[in-house]
Amino acid sequence: MRFSKEHEWVEVSGEVAAVGVTAYAAGQLGDVVFVELPELGKTVKAGEPLAVVESVKAASDVYAPVSGEVVEVNAGLPDAPETVNASPERDGWMVKLRLANPAEAEGLMDRAAYEQFLSTL
Amino acid sequence: MSDSPLKATPLTDAHRSAGARMVGFAGYEMPVQYADGVLKEHLWTRAHAGLFDVSHMGPAYLQLAHPSGDPEADHAAVSSLLEPLVCGDLKGLRRGQMRYTLRLNGEGGIEDDLIVGRPLSQDRQGTLLIVVNAGVKEADFAAIAAAVGARGELIRADEGGLIAVQGPEAEAVTAAIMPEAARLSFMTLAPAEFEGRRVIISRSGYTGEDGFEILTSAAQARPLWDRLLADARARPIGLGARDSLRLEAGLPLYGHDLDPTVSPVEASLDFAISKRRLRAGDFPGAARIAAEIASGAERRRIGLRILEGAPAREGAEIMGEAGENVGRITSGGFSPTLGRPIAMGFAPAALAQPGRRLSVVVRGKRQPAEVVVPPFVPHHYRRQP
Repeated sequence: MRFSKEHEWVEVSGEVAAVGVTAYAAGQLGDVVFVELPELGKTVKAGEPLAVVESVKAASDVYAPVSGEVVEVNAGLPDAPETVNASPERDGWMVKLRLANPAEAEGLMDRAAYEQFLSTL
Repeated sequence: MSDSPLKATPLTDAHRSAGARMVGFAGYEMPVQYADGVLKEHLWTRAHAGLFDVSHMGPAYLQLAHPSGDPEADHAAVSSLLEPLVCGDLKGLRRGQMRYTLRLNGEGGIEDDLIVGRPLSQDRQGTLLIVVNAGVKEADFAAIAAAVGARGELIRADEGGLIAVQGPEAEAVTAAIMPEAARLSFMTLAPAEFEGRRVIISRSGYTGEDGFEILTSAAQARPLWDRLLADARARPIGLGARDSLRLEAGLPLYGHDLDPTVSPVEASLDFAISKRRLRAGDFPGAARIAAEIASGAERRRIGLRILEGAPAREGAEIMGEAGENVGRITSGGFSPTLGRPIAMGFAPAALAQPGRRLSVVVRGKRQPAEVVVPPFVPHHYRRQP
């Protein structure tokens, strides 16, 4: 698993990467009450908005940590947005992207580097 | 917002040590949420008792400079100092009664919404307790002091503590410490004692629930807060849940749903306009407001149930059936009690009837919405103690 400074995670399997938000991000968001996922087939560049999660108080963008095409979304999530808090780094995955540039994921932080980054916040 | 350092309330340290997330709000460092988070804090308040630090607000006493000693005459006299600024009936307040009113400008726009209370005690007649919003309290106090001149004195009490206890278990929690609480009815106040010192307690709040607001000295605030929190039925609640609770209760928030361009009729706050004052036409903007009451305001504050899609938040566009812009959301979010998004906003009076289908635009998408008359969640005020 790789991590972005915007607190998304990526897990690459072949040419497809699952994307979600980290446990730290889920804690900062508070209880998620609404999730908006992208359309299948949408292409995004790294750093562009990919999904939206909303708490009671506010809406927050989830940015694509890598570039690619949306090939699958976690269809159960909009009806069970609390999954983002309960299992942010597993069942709360949001989108699977077909990677446009597999090297991008390699450029993200590994867990140790991400935890080091969190300790600076 | 200015860059001046944030002010603390007498409870700021308590919030920090409880692990609250602190934010700047109206010049004060305030808890937006505690460890439970907004959703759980909201639901706790609806089911049990929530404790809110509202010490950032602006309580003050307006006193006659030269009281006659006749309690009724002195009440009428002090009321006549404040009435020219607001559209409410202050002279008609009974002892111990308080009232929601609006400070208006010459165009009938709302400069603030505030609470005015008449003391219960015989020896305190000729004084009014005023509580104004934190964000505009300097302007409120300056306007009141200027209008009153040498005939009265405005004594600020906003260095003290103001604690709200709200929810179905608020009476049990509060009366265990101050038995007087149980004898109050909605929108009345009385002096009470806590640890041998005088406090003012009122049955009022900003959540739609039964509850109390307790005005204390700065020194009393922390001991009272800790004592209330020692009751397992009470938990601290941050500004985040305060906002979602008042939204469900359909209560407007100054600076968002109300501002100096909005009249009381447009704001659907007709109940706050005194019939006596309206007949006399003796408050700012009375001509416009009388005309709006007679023939209708052009726009009205409405409630919207969002039928599908994301929460529509402040600033979101409201559309009519043909996709034309008809107004904006002024407060909106997710209702934890209803499990769906709700909002308030302004729409032309012709589109403001309950049941009317409109739409709201969130991130470029039109979502269906239905006009409703707030509150979204029924009030649980205790009109009989």
